[in-house]
Amino acid sequence: MTMTLIETKTLGTAQASIEFTSIPQTFTDLVCFVSARSTTTTDFYRINLNNSASDFTGRYLGSDGPISGTSFPAFGRMPESTYTANTFGNDFWYLPNYTSSANKSISVDAVAENNSTTEFYIDIVAGLWSNSSAITSVKFVPNSPNFEVGTTASLYGILKGSSGGVVVS
Amino acid sequence: MTETLTKVIVDCSTGESTIVPLTAEEIAQRETDRLAWEAQEADRKAAEETKANLKASANAKLLALGLTEAEVNALTA
Repeated sequence: MTMTLIETKTLGTAQASIEFTSIPQTFTDLVCFVSARSTTTTDFYRINLNNSASDFTGRYLGSDGPISGTSFPAFGRMPESTYTANTFGNDFWYLPNYTSSANKSISVDAVAENNSTTEFYIDIVAGLWSNSSAITSVKFVPNSPNFEVGTTASLYGILKGSSGGVVVS
Repeated sequence: MTETLTKVIVDCSTGESTIVPLTAEEIAQRETDRLAWEAQEADRKAAEETKANLKASANAKLLALGLTEAEVNALTA
């Protein structure tokens, strides 16, 4: 198995979304690490695939209790603008079999850091995108206006293999 | 003055990134998603409040039957 960096982006100015396009179709799975912070009091962001915000369902287990939503799209967490300065979230997105014609599962492990004993979030998400298209673009969209400067998203490709180590470039 | 929202696009085939304004469709979709989230959150909070009220009512009735608070907590916690 190998893990290869496809692209990474750190925001120099606040942006309303981060989008990876023309994703190579040569890997088995996709992984995305997102370290985000909000410019407002919103504390989460969504994923859009192939520029679509539709056909997402999922369940999440959060720090504020077990919650489910049949219409709830997969999401990640990030510190609000009121959180401790310079704190960013740590979110892990896994998109297996992204080139297949089957529906796509989405796993998210997310935490909104605050370096504090109050106002922080931890979430585990099991999501599904009911669409037969291969994933060619991934977009992250905050619930309200912008990702803060310094927010970073890194997209990796996972290639299956019977042996070998992890290669991260 | 209304803020012009922009997004960054990273083209994985070239490695180039560009910053462009959101389209009208993207702005509308964001608003749709935001409102859907708020509606879902309102439903969730209402359901939690209903459950908490039912629990408090049940606890009060158990106490009225003669159970101690520790016994009630053992049953309902």
